[in-house]
Amino acid sequence: MPLQESARALFRPPFRNYQFDSAYDEMFEAPGVPRPHYQALFQTLLELPPEQMRKSQQAADLSFLHQGITFTVYGNDEGTERVFPNDLLPRIIPHQEWRKIESGLTQRIAALNLFLEDVYHNGRILADGIVPRELVYSCKHFRREMRNLTVPRGIYVSICGTDLVRLPDGSFAVLEDNLRVPSGVSYMLANRKVLKKVFPTLFRDYGVCPVDHYAQALLATLRALNPASSTSRHEPTVVLLTPGVFNSAYFEHTFLAQQMGIELVEGRDLLVHDNVVYMRTTAGLKRVDVIYRRVDDDFLDPLCFRRDSSLGVPGLFNAYRAGNIVLANAVGTGVADDKAIYAYVPAIIRYYLGEEPILNNVETYLLSDRSQRNYVLEHLDQLVVKAVGESGGYGMLIGPHSTSEQREEFRQRIQADPRNYIAQPTLSLSRAPCFLEGEAQARHVDLRPYILYGDNVTLVPGGLTRVALRRGSLVVNSSQGGGSKDTWVLRA
Amino acid sequence: MSLRLQNPMLSRVAESLYWMSRYLERAEHTARLIDVDFELRLDQSPEASSGRWWRLLEALQAPAPEQSTIDAATLTHLLTLDKENSSSIISCIAAARENLRQVREQCSSSMWEHLNRLYLQVNSTTSNETWLLQSYVFFRSVREGAHLFHGVTDSTMSHGEGWQYIQLGRYVERTDAVARLIGAYFSRLPYSPEQAVESEEYLEWVGLLKNCAAFEAYCKSYTAELRPLRVAEFLLLNPECPHSVRFCVDKVHASLLAIADLTERRQDLPVRLAGRLRATLSFSQIDEVMASGATAYVDSVRQQCSQAHSAIHQIYFDYPVETALSH
Repeated sequence: MPLQESARALFRPPFRNYQFDSAYDEMFEAPGVPRPHYQALFQTLLELPPEQMRKSQQAADLSFLHQGITFTVYGNDEGTERVFPNDLLPRIIPHQEWRKIESGLTQRIAALNLFLEDVYHNGRILADGIVPRELVYSCKHFRREMRNLTVPRGIYVSICGTDLVRLPDGSFAVLEDNLRVPSGVSYMLANRKVLKKVFPTLFRDYGVCPVDHYAQALLATLRALNPASSTSRHEPTVVLLTPGVFNSAYFEHTFLAQQMGIELVEGRDLLVHDNVVYMRTTAGLKRVDVIYRRVDDDFLDPLCFRRDSSLGVPGLFNAYRAGNIVLANAVGTGVADDKAIYAYVPAIIRYYLGEEPILNNVETYLLSDRSQRNYVLEHLDQLVVKAVGESGGYGMLIGPHSTSEQREEFRQRIQADPRNYIAQPTLSLSRAPCFLEGEAQARHVDLRPYILYGDNVTLVPGGLTRVALRRGSLVVNSSQGGGSKDTWVLRA
Repeated sequence: MSLRLQNPMLSRVAESLYWMSRYLERAEHTARLIDVDFELRLDQSPEASSGRWWRLLEALQAPAPEQSTIDAATLTHLLTLDKENSSSIISCIAAARENLRQVREQCSSSMWEHLNRLYLQVNSTTSNETWLLQSYVFFRSVREGAHLFHGVTDSTMSHGEGWQYIQLGRYVERTDAVARLIGAYFSRLPYSPEQAVESEEYLEWVGLLKNCAAFEAYCKSYTAELRPLRVAEFLLLNPECPHSVRFCVDKVHASLLAIADLTERRQDLPVRLAGRLRATLSFSQIDEVMASGATAYVDSVRQQCSQAHSAIHQIYFDYPVETALSH
């Protein structure tokens, strides 16, 4: 390829060893030719001495360590707190592209909420045969306890973090809806804080949309869910329920509580009396109205869900049924982000909204279907297999990177419980430059914007761009060697 | 429209702030005691300094070593970097940090950052020959880290209920530590109250004052002539020296009053216990104290302090739900 060779000769540090493959490159439209919105960053990097970048990186790492911006790795005795790796090169998204993402995600959260309300009440969509009944009822996260329970404003999912990937043709597609307790938003805010220090002029000249108002928007969303019974009192008491200091996202819980100015509570701080939830304060008991819970359904209430849970509050679900407390997100939202239901989301959007989906899904094979299953079992080495109820990159087989033993293990698991798995083609996630080993290197990235739904749907422009820091890796999860970088959405 | 103050705080949060502060004070106290000892040892024969080790261990309530001969390096390790010993400096700082980590949304970001930094620094210290030679750097950084933390706290955190629990923990801990220290000296060291102490003995009494960061302040009040009675008076009853028992109890009482006001519990037990102890210290005469024995007096102070601690626990941190619902 003589053209590519000559273009590469133009490359100067830090891009000397920058690699291209079939994936969409966020920065370059052709080798050596940056996309218009990346031009200024490209120029800056060519002029910046690598030594200075390295120093900035060290300063950033140290500041993350000192601030304790860490996550906890399970099953690792020594040094359980780790700094979440942060990359200094921003990922830039032009305004027009963001507009489309925004409208696509707004459409999606509206449809998914209507779906949840429907499956927990009349089940029209099931009766009409759009979504198979057995798929819903066999879902691990379907909660019978939620049948006919009315939630305020009919909003089940008020906080959502959807994973998007960019395909080789440049279009964004939804990979996963995280409708239960999505995390990572604090890293979005922390990354932004660091980048403003590292590239102050560049940041200003680019005209980047701010994200700092996220906490305020979150608080407004939670307040909008205020239950009817407390309208006489002027301000609802909102708290954030954390599993505690050993949870991997504990830093984020403390951060959000602090930014919103609400109490961070653990299960042992709350108690239920006469179906009313109180927290234990130094001045006695205080009534609680809204709980932003970062505890999974299973652990919320030992009287109702898992009996061995010590993280929850006995009696909480009864108070919830009585309408004396609001939980955000509602109980049972996991049925809508089940990876098998995911395949039906385009149909769900068409059914409730009468619109075509703005953002596409990734092609998905349902393994409960015999012919799809046979196809998948024959092509395990090319596909990605996922357990439907898992998240965080656990319980996954990445065909092209797997060994024959792993494939055999998944083959058996699939045959034993086909409903529990789906398969997708191995996606070529887009790549973006990251500053590693003193130079710019291409790494696969995804994008998780955060969507809030209270009085209306709000997205802070941007989100968390997660990076697969290992060369060639496609897994961006923090628990599996992923990192993150700041995401700059440009003003119009 | 009334002025908007902070909401009452969670009991768990109040307790964590209280303990965080106690642990940090304990670490600072231990660091000062060992540092002062190192300094004194340079001027003394090995026999003279070994007696002080026993006092030190008693004052810190440290586990007594099995062998009767005390090896300085082993003991220093036990009290500073030994993670097995729950009252070593490193354990105290780790416990302080762990407590603050559980409530970090309640403190200012820079408070957390300073304590976390102190923890990372102490944790990266390894004990070896060179460390022992340079140990004063370590002790200084622990003391300065604690001072810095309290300075940052005072200027970045609202002086509301949470801040009061930090004060409370700090001064309850200090009351107990200073009282215990005075007890250890007056029970183990021969003295005659009214006579100026000399030579070898002199260094020991200087040590006691320095352990309370009070040598210079003492000299300003009484000159450098040291008499056990005056030392006792200064460390027990002086209202201005920040390490005197009376000063600490005044602070404890003030914080409890503030908390009682904020939580509308003015009649409750903690304030009354602290008030009684405060009155005792305010009206005590040193000659009477010495006549009935300094050790007995100190023990009574410690006992009342411990009662106040239990009352704080019962009223603010861990009250039975039934009583709270009946209010």
